[in-house]
Amino acid sequence: MADSILTTENVRLYYGDKEALHGFDLDFPEKGITALIGPSGSGKSTYIRAINRMHDLTEGVTVTGNFMFKGNNIYAPTTDTVELRKQIGMVFQQPNPFPFSIYDNVAFGLRIAGKTKKVELDEIVEKSLKQAAIWDEVKDVLHKSALSLSGGQQQRVSIARTLAVSPDILLLDEPTSALDPVSSHKIEETLMNIRNDYTIIIVTHNMSQASRISDRTAFFMDGNLIEVSPTTQLFTDPKEKQTQDYITGRFG
Amino acid sequence: MDQIRESLLKTSIATKRERFGRSITMAALILIAVIVVSIFYFIASKGLSTFFVDKINVWEFLSGKTWNPGTTDAHGKQEVGALPMIVGSFLITVLSAIIATPFAIGTAVFMTEISPKHGARILQPVIELLVGIPSVVYGFIGLTVIVPLQRHIFGGSGFGVLAGTVVLFVMILPTVTSMTVDTLRSVPQYYRESALAIGATRWQAIYKVILRAATPGILTAIVFGMARAFGEALAVQMVVGNAPILPTNLTSPAATLTSILTQGIGNTVMGSMQNDVLWTLALILLFMSLVFNIIIRVIGKKGELK
Ligand SMILES: Nc1ncnc2c1ncn2[C@@H]1O[C@H](COP(=O)(O)OP(=O)(O)OP(=O)(O)O)[C@@H](O)[C@H]1O
Ligand SMILES: [Mg+2]
Repeated sequence: MADSILTTENVRLYYGDKEALHGFDLDFPEKGITALIGPSGSGKSTYIRAINRMHDLTEGVTVTGNFMFKGNNIYAPTTDTVELRKQIGMVFQQPNPFPFSIYDNVAFGLRIAGKTKKVELDEIVEKSLKQAAIWDEVKDVLHKSALSLSGGQQQRVSIARTLAVSPDILLLDEPTSALDPVSSHKIEETLMNIRNDYTIIIVTHNMSQASRISDRTAFFMDGNLIEVSPTTQLFTDPKEKQTQDYITGRFG
Repeated sequence: MDQIRESLLKTSIATKRERFGRSITMAALILIAVIVVSIFYFIASKGLSTFFVDKINVWEFLSGKTWNPGTTDAHGKQEVGALPMIVGSFLITVLSAIIATPFAIGTAVFMTEISPKHGARILQPVIELLVGIPSVVYGFIGLTVIVPLQRHIFGGSGFGVLAGTVVLFVMILPTVTSMTVDTLRSVPQYYRESALAIGATRWQAIYKVILRAATPGILTAIVFGMARAFGEALAVQMVVGNAPILPTNLTSPAATLTSILTQGIGNTVMGSMQNDVLWTLALILLFMSLVFNIIIRVIGKKGELK
């Protein structure tokens, strides 16, 4: 694909000697939502953590293959992981705001990037919280600890915190699996809100969630990418038998 | 039917065992409570008789600058001013904590964030070893190394606040460090990950997120170290000079509550005024350790309040 913002080729990843991803290709067009589904242990988290080099933090992990972000090799020795992660942000499964105020959480990424002008910070904080669809709930308590919020609100603050540094790509690893349905729904709204501005890659176990929000769905199994198709097609007329079996609940 | 009823009405073996276990733990608890209360009562009754039996003015005791129990001054008042020791104790405690803190944080950060592998394999056992060294050994080293060093550099006897501070700093450092390490280890991994995931450098993640999240725990570690420093007797006594005079500078000899206490308690007669005033010093120590305890609790509460 010529207009891909992110291409990954022949992705292999080893935890020590154990190969966890077995060499597949996957590309992401600019903007829109791609959902990654698949049974537990199929390598979804392993894969998206490879995209922003989170595995660098773990000893004994080897990544091979070709990861290109906007034409730059993600794994080139010269790549600055700090810069990379500003452009490829990540939200985790557990809502995990820092033990600071809501405002300080969202401003965190800006402050460490050297932005300190209050007007500018105020503006971006507000914009990010609005994008994350939580502004109305927190606008009067911005200086309260983010940990005093509910799990769902915390997760949206975490999303706002990531959006504040305006990454190109937003990686989300099961962002709603620790949340109740109402909060999950709000997160989905949030993502729908920003789908035209960001390239979103979301891991989810919830197939109806994938079908509700994503443009494309990729199905993983046992460290392999089985198929990637437009979401409607994957759920109604999958190319592969394994996909068919999984979405109809025959295993996984 | 009858069988069921019978088995319900009869006390089962398990229930009997539970009762037995419960009474044993209760007995242990009561015993400890009795011991603690009697210690408090004992120290308080002895310590307070300075004021009630020997009729010494509380304020004069706390603010007086000369310590010479048994002799009277020009006004015929007992020379039992405890201020030099109170100041000495606080001064040495605070100074040693101030010096120990950056070292402890630095070492702990190195052990948990920068090089966890070496930290766990080399530094951890070293620190555990240091925690276990008896204080008299620290005091002895202080006496043979620090005191001559102070004498060499600053002149004078070499005994004094500075030597006491250095010895206590070395003594509390392992404790404060290992508690700080525990705190840093308990900072959830996802704080690190999410800081890095939005473009923080490792250093920024450490000082903007991890240390900030760990602040209550680190404060607790420091106060704990101060409590230990405040209560330490032997090592300090060996290097501080035991001169109950208000310290005028860091190299002047001084005394702490504990050093005067250990020095004097064997040389006085139970029930005498000279003995009572020492108990009053003990009462102050007890009171201060309560205060340290309360501070630690308050910080802990604040820390978990989220
Ligand atoms: N740190 C690790 N060390 C060794 N093996 C690992 C590690 N993390 C994951 N694995 C292995 O890699 C494989 C893929 O795991 P991964 O967590 O990526 O799966 P997943 O698709 O995200 O599963 P889930 O849906 O349960 O989150 C699994 O077999 C897992 O056991
Ligand atoms: Mg996962």
